[in-house]
Amino acid sequence: MGWIGETVESIKSLQVRQVLTQAVSLGMIVTSALIIWKALMCFTGSESPVVVVLSGSMEPGFKRGDILFLHMSKDPIRAGEIVVFNVDGREIPIVHRVIKVHERQETGEVDVLTKGDNNFGDDRLLYAHGQLWLQRHHIMGRAVGFLPYVGWVTIIMTEKPIIKYLLIGALGLLVVTSRTKEKNIRDVDALNLKLNPC
Amino acid sequence: MHSFGYRLNALLTFSVTILAIICAFASYSDNLNLPSPQAEIQVSLTMNISANLESMFTWNTKQVFAFVAAEYETPLNALNQVSLWDGIIPSKEQAKFWIHTTNKYYFTDQGSNLRGKEFNLTLHWHVMPKTGKMFADKIVMSGYHLPEEYR
Repeated sequence: MGWIGETVESIKSLQVRQVLTQAVSLGMIVTSALIIWKALMCFTGSESPVVVVLSGSMEPGFKRGDILFLHMSKDPIRAGEIVVFNVDGREIPIVHRVIKVHERQETGEVDVLTKGDNNFGDDRLLYAHGQLWLQRHHIMGRAVGFLPYVGWVTIIMTEKPIIKYLLIGALGLLVVTSRTKEKNIRDVDALNLKLNPC
Repeated sequence: MHSFGYRLNALLTFSVTILAIICAFASYSDNLNLPSPQAEIQVSLTMNISANLESMFTWNTKQVFAFVAAEYETPLNALNQVSLWDGIIPSKEQAKFWIHTTNKYYFTDQGSNLRGKEFNLTLHWHVMPKTGKMFADKIVMSGYHLPEEYR
């Protein structure tokens, strides 16, 4: 009860100037995160430079919750590469390995067939109805790097949104209250100086 | 300034930083390994594949994905790669192998250009690390050709 009372007290004692400073610092955090994301997009050339593996179709190489770093260069796509692709009519992109490539003589256009390492058959069943091959424009990037487990954070947050809101709320409260505590201490110091001028 | 929350935060930040550094180091250490693999394939559309990929494995290697692809050129396509067989090698002990197998995937072309076709067989491998950057390389073996007539 005491803690809650203290918090409410500190929120009540906020001043306009302080609120503004905190809004600015919160804004800084958000914008710097955005800057990092956009810079990554710029360097990798992929519209989503980091993806989380959601299914076990590439086990034991990639498990659910692993993170992949994507790169989209002009290099041609070759068999064996792990690509992330979008299929028309599917919201979630798929991470699978290329097993067949046919590259046209003059235009350089490619037809690509993919398969998950852990799946029995190729991906034609996953493609849009009647689609036999993936083209260049379906492919969002190829996987170049790998980080295990980190993606669990986002999986938990998307599947249990309550945890996300709790976390955001707690962080927000922390930012708002931590500054005022510092200020309170400073006020006490000033008071002490007034009482014992030396 | 020295509350439990601050200390927890500092500890968490520090440990995450250390983890990130260790991951980067583990990934970088793969560059120090100079692999020297060997492979040989005999075909009659059953394949005898013998390969030694032991030198691929370092302490940061989770698995090696190996596959054999037929590569050829046709009037329509500048490059065709058709995967015929693949396998996952989970440990160094299994990296020196000899396997007698039929093709796992159909050897089909876009069109019908395969009769009497010259093609290369290429053993590709993809090294998947425990953390960090992925590697890939290949050995090309040329001089195979398909018969003029088959069903």
